[in-house]
Amino acid sequence: MAAVPTTATAATGAAAPGRAGWLRGRYLTVIVLAAWVALWALLRGRDTLALGGAELTPLHTRLSEGMDAIDAGRNSNPLFLYFINYIRLFIDESVTFVQALISRPSFGRPVPVIGWLGVTGIATAVALLYGNRRTALLTAAGFASFGLLGLWEESMDTLALTLTAVVLALAVGIPLGVWAGLSDRVNRFLTPVLDFMQTMPTFVYLAPLTLFFLIGPASGTVATMIYATPPVIRITAHGIREIPVSTLEASTSLGSTRAQALRKVRLPLAKRTIIVGANQTIMAALSMVTIAALIDAPGLGKTVLKALQTLDVGTAFNAGLAIVIMAIVLDRVTSAAGRRVEAERRSGRARGTRARRIEAGLVLAATAVLVYLSHVYVWAAEFPGGAGLGSYVKQGAGAASQWAQDTLVTYTDALKNLITYGLLNPFQSLLAGSPWWLVALVVVALALLLAGARAAIVAGVSLVLLVLLGLWHDSMVTLATTLVATLIVMVLGVVAGVWMGRSARVDQVLRPVLDAGQTMPAFVYLVPILGLFGATRFTAIIAAVAFAAPVSIKLVAEAVRGVSPTAVEAATAGGSSTWQLIAKVQLPMARAGITLAASQGLIYVLSMVVIGGLVGAGALGYDVVAGFSQYQLRGKGLAAGLAIVVLGIMLDRIMRAAAQRAAARPAPH
Amino acid sequence: MAAPSLTAKSSPPATAPGADDPPILDVRGLWKVFGPRADRVVGTPLAELSRTELKQRTGCVAAVRDVSFSVRRGEVFVVMGLSGSGKSTLVRCLTRLVEPTAGQVRLDDEDVLGCGERRLRELRRHRFGMVFQHFGLLPHRRVLDNVAYGLEIRGTKKDDRYERAREVLELVGLAGFEGSFPDQLSGGMQQRVGLARALAVDPEVLFFDEPFSALDPLIRREMQNEVIRLHREVGKTMIFITHDLSEALKLGDRILIMRDGALVQMGTPDQVVGAPADDYVRDFVSDVPKSDVLTLPWIMRDPRPGEPLDGPELAPDTVIRDAARTVLSAGRPVKVVSGGALLGVVTTAEILEVIAGPDPDTTQDTTPDAASDPDPDGPDPVATDRDEDGRS
Ligand SMILES: Nc1ncnc2c1ncn2[C@@H]1O[C@H](COP(=O)(O)OP(=O)(O)OP(=O)(O)O)[C@@H](O)[C@H]1O
Ligand SMILES: [Mg+2]
Repeated sequence: MAAVPTTATAATGAAAPGRAGWLRGRYLTVIVLAAWVALWALLRGRDTLALGGAELTPLHTRLSEGMDAIDAGRNSNPLFLYFINYIRLFIDESVTFVQALISRPSFGRPVPVIGWLGVTGIATAVALLYGNRRTALLTAAGFASFGLLGLWEESMDTLALTLTAVVLALAVGIPLGVWAGLSDRVNRFLTPVLDFMQTMPTFVYLAPLTLFFLIGPASGTVATMIYATPPVIRITAHGIREIPVSTLEASTSLGSTRAQALRKVRLPLAKRTIIVGANQTIMAALSMVTIAALIDAPGLGKTVLKALQTLDVGTAFNAGLAIVIMAIVLDRVTSAAGRRVEAERRSGRARGTRARRIEAGLVLAATAVLVYLSHVYVWAAEFPGGAGLGSYVKQGAGAASQWAQDTLVTYTDALKNLITYGLLNPFQSLLAGSPWWLVALVVVALALLLAGARAAIVAGVSLVLLVLLGLWHDSMVTLATTLVATLIVMVLGVVAGVWMGRSARVDQVLRPVLDAGQTMPAFVYLVPILGLFGATRFTAIIAAVAFAAPVSIKLVAEAVRGVSPTAVEAATAGGSSTWQLIAKVQLPMARAGITLAASQGLIYVLSMVVIGGLVGAGALGYDVVAGFSQYQLRGKGLAAGLAIVVLGIMLDRIMRAAAQRAAARPAPH
Repeated sequence: MAAPSLTAKSSPPATAPGADDPPILDVRGLWKVFGPRADRVVGTPLAELSRTELKQRTGCVAAVRDVSFSVRRGEVFVVMGLSGSGKSTLVRCLTRLVEPTAGQVRLDDEDVLGCGERRLRELRRHRFGMVFQHFGLLPHRRVLDNVAYGLEIRGTKKDDRYERAREVLELVGLAGFEGSFPDQLSGGMQQRVGLARALAVDPEVLFFDEPFSALDPLIRREMQNEVIRLHREVGKTMIFITHDLSEALKLGDRILIMRDGALVQMGTPDQVVGAPADDYVRDFVSDVPKSDVLTLPWIMRDPRPGEPLDGPELAPDTVIRDAARTVLSAGRPVKVVSGGALLGVVTTAEILEVIAGPDPDTTQDTTPDAASDPDPDGPDPVATDRDEDGRS
């Protein structure tokens, strides 16, 4: 992302030839596309490399055997015996311990060590001491609602898993981030690694992880760490780096050692930034913990997953609601904590004032009482009153979904058919119905025209890999879905983004909605959409659009707002109408940002389209899911995961290179 | 290529304290080159290139080029030059906040560039202090803790360091603000905290890198007076960077002027104003009213035969502006007398010439007239670019 705003100056000198080349490129693009369609009409259905759902290639069988071999080595291979098994044990034990504290019957008792009253008390106290009264109230209400929805134990499982993963992620991530902040070399090494960790669709590394850490909490935790550690590393490094040179220099000039400068200057000054990083890590962890239900991680995600598989919208909605509440509570508490650190620094109020200490003492005492009560009395240990609210929610959501499907069917079907027949089917039959070599040629040619030689090489290699993985046809179906979803995302992104970028008022209204959308765990998106559209490819597309649109809209808005006000002013003074202004000034000048929005949107879409395999999107996503559940398909599932990564890398590289080109090219007048 | 004994040559108007003491800080042939493989520049023909040429050829920037000078104990030594002339780099090289590329820096008899990390830290903790343009305060600490920071990192006990910090805060006029946080203070007050922090460790040499350029003119004047007062009270050696000539003239016992990394002139304020070494310096000083800076020896002349010598007497360190009233009202030549000896006379004509500005045709000559005068008693401007005595 950072590489996008390259020097525009280098290109301006060569504006005229650059522009001519660009026009020629556009011309050629059209020719390539036309040739493709013509050849498709001739060669349709030949060499499509389709593979039935249960069919395997020799590679898949070999992968399965390889996985068997790893399985077999678990108790003999030294790598397992002395390393991986210990990690697994440690993580499993940590999770089990936290579960014993808050979610599972333990130590020979019929209930956990701390019951609902105690946990709610502790959470509220944390919110009060590190955040403020409002967040404390929100926390208390949120935790109570877990009980009311009838999902206390599941929520606590999710919380236990999230907390363990977050603690581990922070324990690894903050020191690494500090190190990367201090050393350019470490930073240079870490950046591409983190890029890779973040572009890989989350879903993909679940299966391979179970090979090493078995199905269960350990795999879920490691997967969560892979997904959730990069933000805190990056943001911590940034915080350490951005300390003003003058402050550090002053410290050095007084003779501080490097350790002193770190402890007394860098860390205190970066504290707030590090908390922001922790916030991101927590949100990412929650999102991933719910997805880890696919490999049997306990908690709310599992409830959602089961309900999705049986198309029980009511139950899925109920659990989804609990996840959303948890996301909101965690987000608000950590954000408030960050703001508090900042406010204390600004207002210069020392932490240790008397009133504050008394308040803290009181809060802690009250919490201790609650914890004791919940340890001793059943009414405070198990949430009383059953799941009254939960069953209403389930019924309500189920009924609403039924009603919506019955009543809105004309509209939803119209939309569904429009997109399915108007976009998805043509795309899919073009991509998946052409001979593989034709598609490969076209993609390489387009990459060459739009993104340059290097991207074309990456595309060529990726396509060959897809063929070798034996999943060409499924990959093309997934690609078609991804491209259609991305197209819709970009239409939304440009319309809403331009609107937001041009009007501060719209921005004010839309931004919180988008922010909320981004904190939501990916899984949750599927639920209401499933309720509306049932299980089809289209559902996966809409879920992906809902998931990816906020990022793209924000990026476009950012880019439009970034257009120099002088240019806008000049155009307005020249008598442009609003439409002329948008079409001739703001959009062309924001082109680099818009391309970036497209490439980010695409990555988000891809990771969601795969999850859509759960609700009928089929293709690669289905292969991966099937690999989780069916022993003989695990090799194919692994290959499908690899295919997704290959697709992701290919699309990412092409988009990035295209974005760089767009940034370097002068805007047309 | 050093410029030895520059200081010894300056006579009458130069009234730097302790002129005969050995210097506390002695800098010889200092270079700082930024850029790729910077060490290959010094001592090769590349070193002779101008800054722009060097940049084009090698991508390196010569921020400091072969600068030599020494600073006497208790002196206020000002380094002046336009933006980018290398002042900050120069002063940072002295405490090795920036590692010099070549040259020698001695503090008393110690080789600063040769000492190891631990020893360097000792020097910084005990003998150097520095005040920065952008203050560099720690926003998360109270004023008291900011001031005590230097003592804290060298391991002073809490009570002792707070006591000392309070003392210094009193000295800089910030008593009562111990508990405030930096961003609750105005810029001027923040810089007082920066000053107090540097003073708290009781250093021998204080470095100031444009400490007041972020402040508005009124506060700046106040802070300058503060520095003058502190210098009088604590008598520290100060090396003061500024790009503001009036500040340099006001504070400096001696002034070093830099351009593109190299030394162009070094001398007392009136040498710089009275005898600019080249057009660069002349431009620099052209806005200064000379009568405010120059003393009588710069304009006096030998008495002409027959002139009445019974006029009032003035000391040679009288500034022209202060002498004007006496001379204009005397109606005859005023004698400049030092220790009973007659140095020369000043009449209305000389005074008017300075105050009204020189005759445009003779701009180049008016003041240098005195300067180029080989008279050993007259002011002897030291206009050294780089003189060619070999380096020791
Ligand atoms: N860390 C660095 N890396 C590369 N070049 C540098 C570095 N620091 C300074 N320079 C260059 O060295 C030259 C001198 O910079 P310096 O900051 O010493 O000037 P200055 O006289 O203090 O200017 P100012 O009045 O603006 O503070 C400049 O051309 C600058 O670009
Ligand atoms: Mg500077």
